[in-house]
Amino acid sequence: MKIAEIVSKLDLTVISGINGLNREVTGGYVSDLLSDVIGNAKEGSIWITLQTHQNIMAVASLKELAAVIIVKGSVPESDTVRKSNEENIPILSTKADTFTITGMLFKLLEKK
Amino acid sequence: MQYRYKIAGGDFSNAGSVASSVKKILRQLNISHSVSKRIVIALYEGEVNIVAHAYSGIADVEIDSEKIRIVLTDKGPGIPDIPKAMEEGFSTASPQVREMGFGAGMGLSNMKKNSDTMNITSETGKGTVVELINYFSTDVR
Ligand SMILES: Nc1ncnc2c1ncn2[C@@H]1O[C@H](COP(=O)(O)OP(=O)(O)O)[C@@H](O)[C@H]1O
Ligand SMILES: [Mg+2]
Repeated sequence: MKIAEIVSKLDLTVISGINGLNREVTGGYVSDLLSDVIGNAKEGSIWITLQTHQNIMAVASLKELAAVIIVKGSVPESDTVRKSNEENIPILSTKADTFTITGMLFKLLEKK
Repeated sequence: MQYRYKIAGGDFSNAGSVASSVKKILRQLNISHSVSKRIVIALYEGEVNIVAHAYSGIADVEIDSEKIRIVLTDKGPGIPDIPKAMEEGFSTASPQVREMGFGAGMGLSNMKKNSDTMNITSETGKGTVVELINYFSTDVR
């Protein structure tokens, strides 16, 4: 499933990285610990986190993640947005909390 | 081939840039994805440890036909008890650093898992040297 489709089905807001919206999503990963994500997330996954600083984009890029969803309506810092646009890895925002958005994404990805 | 990168302690804004540069080199050299993924994880963690725990450091990267050898040398407080530091979950990171999602105490174990050889030497009050070796083919390990 493409990120764009997930954006519309889960009613996410695209903050940045628009050029990456046609990336294919192969799974999801949920963690706020960078070592956990760098060690265990799989390429092509959407990463759900409450972190907003630019290191999340360094990790997302190194791991070739498809996109990052920032929960609870938090706003990423400007450096984070800049890196997202440079790397074409979208930052998506939701008002929902981690539990809720993870459940929704899981259902969506499980279906196909 | 040899490459040298400087790493500034405390500069979280650049954390990961060495790993990113080396990842690009490995791609250019057509190193297999599964091998380069492990190297990127180990190097990222080593780089972050210098940023988070040391004052300044250098990453020396040496690549030949069969392996990559990375030596991370820092000036810093050193690691007084290396086996303790290797334990998953052990961390001396500050609360601010932890809040950013660093300091999970998983770095050294990530490095161990994702390298073929890892050696740490450290002198308290002076600094730490971490050597990481990864072979490009599984048969030469
Ligand atoms: N280069 C270093 N210089 C000084 N101390 C270090 C260094 N690398 C690791 N350490 C020590 O080892 C501990 C564990 O490291 P690590 O497993 O990477 O976890 P974390 O970095 O999340 O704390 C650190 O909290 C720190 O006390
Ligand atoms: Mg660490």
